Amino acid sequence: MRRRSVVLAAGLALLLAVPPLAAIAGEPFAVTLASRVLIYALAAASLDFIVGYGGMVSFGHAAFLGLGAYTVGIVASHAFDGTAVPLLPFAWHGTDSALIQWPLAMLISALFALVIGALSLRTAGVYFIMITLAFAQMLYHLFLTLPTYGGQDGLNLWRRSEIPGLDLADDVSFYYLTLALLIISLLILKRLVHSRFGMVLRAGKQNEPRLQALGIPTVRYKLLAFVIAGAFGGLAGALTVNHTEFVGPGLLHWTRSGELLVIVILGGLGSLYGSVVGAAVLLILEEVIAGWTEHWMIVLGPFLVLVVLFARRGLYGWLAGREAEGD
Amino acid sequence: MTDAILEVQGLSKFFGAVAASDSLTFQVERGCCHALIGPNGAGKSTAIAQITGEVRPDGGSIRFNGREISRWPVHRRARAGLNRSYQITSIFPAFSALDTVALAVLARQPHAFRFWRDARRDERLRRSARSFLDRVGLGDRADVRAGDLAHGEQRQLEVAMVLATNPQLVLLDEPMAGMGRAETQQMLDILRPLKGSLSLLLVEHDMDVVFALADVVTVLVKGRVIASGTPSSIRADADVRRAYLGDGA
Amino acid sequence: MTAQLVFEQTLNGLQQGVMLFLMAAGLTLVFGIMHLINLAHGSLYMVGAYAAATVIAVTGNFALAVAGAVVAAGLTGMVVELLALRRLYGRDHLDQVLATFGVILFFNELVKILWGAQALFMAPPAWLAGSVPILPGAAPYPAYRLFIIAVGLVVALGLRQLIVGTRLGMLIRAGATHRDMVGALGVNIDRLFTLVFALGAALAGLAGAMAGPLLAIEVGMGETILILTFVVIIIGGIGSVRGALVGALLVGVVDTYGRAFLPLALRTLLPPAAADGLGASISGIAIYVLMAGVLIWRPRGLFQAYGG
Repeated sequence: MRRRSVVLAAGLALLLAVPPLAAIAGEPFAVTLASRVLIYALAAASLDFIVGYGGMVSFGHAAFLGLGAYTVGIVASHAFDGTAVPLLPFAWHGTDSALIQWPLAMLISALFALVIGALSLRTAGVYFIMITLAFAQMLYHLFLTLPTYGGQDGLNLWRRSEIPGLDLADDVSFYYLTLALLIISLLILKRLVHSRFGMVLRAGKQNEPRLQALGIPTVRYKLLAFVIAGAFGGLAGALTVNHTEFVGPGLLHWTRSGELLVIVILGGLGSLYGSVVGAAVLLILEEVIAGWTEHWMIVLGPFLVLVVLFARRGLYGWLAGREAEGD
Repeated sequence: MTDAILEVQGLSKFFGAVAASDSLTFQVERGCCHALIGPNGAGKSTAIAQITGEVRPDGGSIRFNGREISRWPVHRRARAGLNRSYQITSIFPAFSALDTVALAVLARQPHAFRFWRDARRDERLRRSARSFLDRVGLGDRADVRAGDLAHGEQRQLEVAMVLATNPQLVLLDEPMAGMGRAETQQMLDILRPLKGSLSLLLVEHDMDVVFALADVVTVLVKGRVIASGTPSSIRADADVRRAYLGDGA
Repeated sequence: MTAQLVFEQTLNGLQQGVMLFLMAAGLTLVFGIMHLINLAHGSLYMVGAYAAATVIAVTGNFALAVAGAVVAAGLTGMVVELLALRRLYGRDHLDQVLATFGVILFFNELVKILWGAQALFMAPPAWLAGSVPILPGAAPYPAYRLFIIAVGLVVALGLRQLIVGTRLGMLIRAGATHRDMVGALGVNIDRLFTLVFALGAALAGLAGAMAGPLLAIEVGMGETILILTFVVIIIGGIGSVRGALVGALLVGVVDTYGRAFLPLALRTLLPPAAADGLGASISGIAIYVLMAGVLIWRPRGLFQAYGG
């Protein structure tokens, strides 16, 4: 217990110290990279919620990231050029307010998760993996070919979302807001994991037929978890589009879903906090190796195979000790 | 008329050309222990799986408390009060014994869509779960991981789980499988007092257990009922002796 | 919309369908027997295409190019199986997905290093370069596409013969359903698995070589077809070769019809430019709608062969 608390406290202190340290070192880019780590950590944690605790191996989580990002991008683009958002029963010209944009992003992602989940959860196991991948690819294809919102060129976000009292155009403010949202999201997900709902979810991962035989309609629980994961994925998407001030179909590409799964495994399956470690390691490694060679994938590929074959516990389990497992 | 809790009528299930259940008909009286016996491959486990809904029958009807349930999903039947234990231990290995039973307690409540309160600090849930652990003699093993319990203890845990769902009819699929003499005796002591308040449908190979528990015995061979009656009449039945117990038995 | 157009599009659909079948057959066999979900199956297709393009550039001989592709992909598959994938047979699907994802990243980058990021192109052989009239009144149809359909059907028949009529096929069928039994028969199960994997890889390589003259040969081509192949297998049922054939033809035809006729249908409702734009995005979705429909109707596919 103590070792885990120390690791968590040290991690939090480190994350809080990133902007001042970057300023001292004269490396403002570090804040941008760290923001990216936090956003990916959030997306991966929402994926870990269903993979690590619910046993649902989704290979399409980038879809929710992309939907969240496109929601913000589309709403903001209408606010920018003063046109009405199509397909609505009333005239609405979009908004720049994060207080509307971001919850909307979560809602849209959750709705799509509801539909995709309801279809995919008619099956399980390897079918589930392939179906979630296929649906995500369908959305990728849709955004790629839909000319209205940039098609393959994507959409630029002309200004970051607005929150009263905060200047999100300032990278340091944006970083701290992202950190706060990540912490809140992790705490919420953690709470869910240990609630009655989470108990059913975790039991279903271990032995779903037995759970049904006890009288629990497992699919409803799994579907709700899938929707919750989709919503937090959407929030990560809303943050991403603000971070890069751009959204393109590449955000929904299936390799992105693969990366998120890699982060989950690197951090440790079923350890929400591990997602932060996993994201940090993967993205920083990418940054470092990309400095040596443009062919960083030739390193990452075999590295992944080795991680799967030999390091199943994940980095968080290794850092925080055995009692952190199932955290 | 008699008061049957379960009526199985003309149940049929084929795997390819092999009949696992062939016009299977029998009924379980309320408060009784009814044993299904038969040689390996007689279709006992398939019959159980059809009654719980894990296997879909090709034809026939299953009535529970007078209601046709053969098209209900598994969880609905369990909620109606029909529950089972498994021949091969089926538990949640990463949960503690207490959490495992707590899960079963949850299962009989309308839903578990509660998101905020920590289930580990939910005293009502834990107290209820603990009482079932006590009933099967696992009270002092509450915090052990279910996967780390001894085989016999896992079988007891199975029974605690089934009881915690508040069943009316319990299907016991070889509850003594893989147990030693002493463990079997212990399990008999747990099961015997259940009769009366619950109805039991028992599949078991150990004839001593069958004759110690059952009020009625039905003998299956190749998915068909070849005899049914009190234990003593079954013991005396010539067909049964030939088909199953072996002439020398 | 004329009968000739429908006929031509049907042939296009069949052609796409048999290509998908070559991919799906290998993937579904590997899953049915080793219970391995292999994302890197598309990489073997890519290896086949690059090998074919390279051989044809050197020798100018199409038959040699196809043979080279089959051998290259088969050998690559064998090496990958021996080095990494065989350690994954007993593991859970998440491990398999991640490790084979790693294999894809590796091959994509390796191809980029060896052949560069520029797409390669490959001409069909001279004797298949023209078109042949097949229906009176219809435009002549490209001979090469007919050739693909023929090759696909021959492979399908051959595969059926292999599975139904040979000892290897008997082991494949037995291995899928009663794995222990095959071991008990004294068969070297490791070698059987490697062989099956290589067979699937060779089929993917064949598909890659056949696709060479139709597509740009580039990094990422494997993943495009991989995901379509998944859709095929979901529709057909995992593990079933027959399901793979039916699913592949269905997906091929539905996709082709969608692309050809949906924009036409939309033109009756919308101005042409808008209809074409919208049609392009909607028609790409047709196969996913088909997949969703099958999932609602039969969650385990049309011809479910083995437990999932």
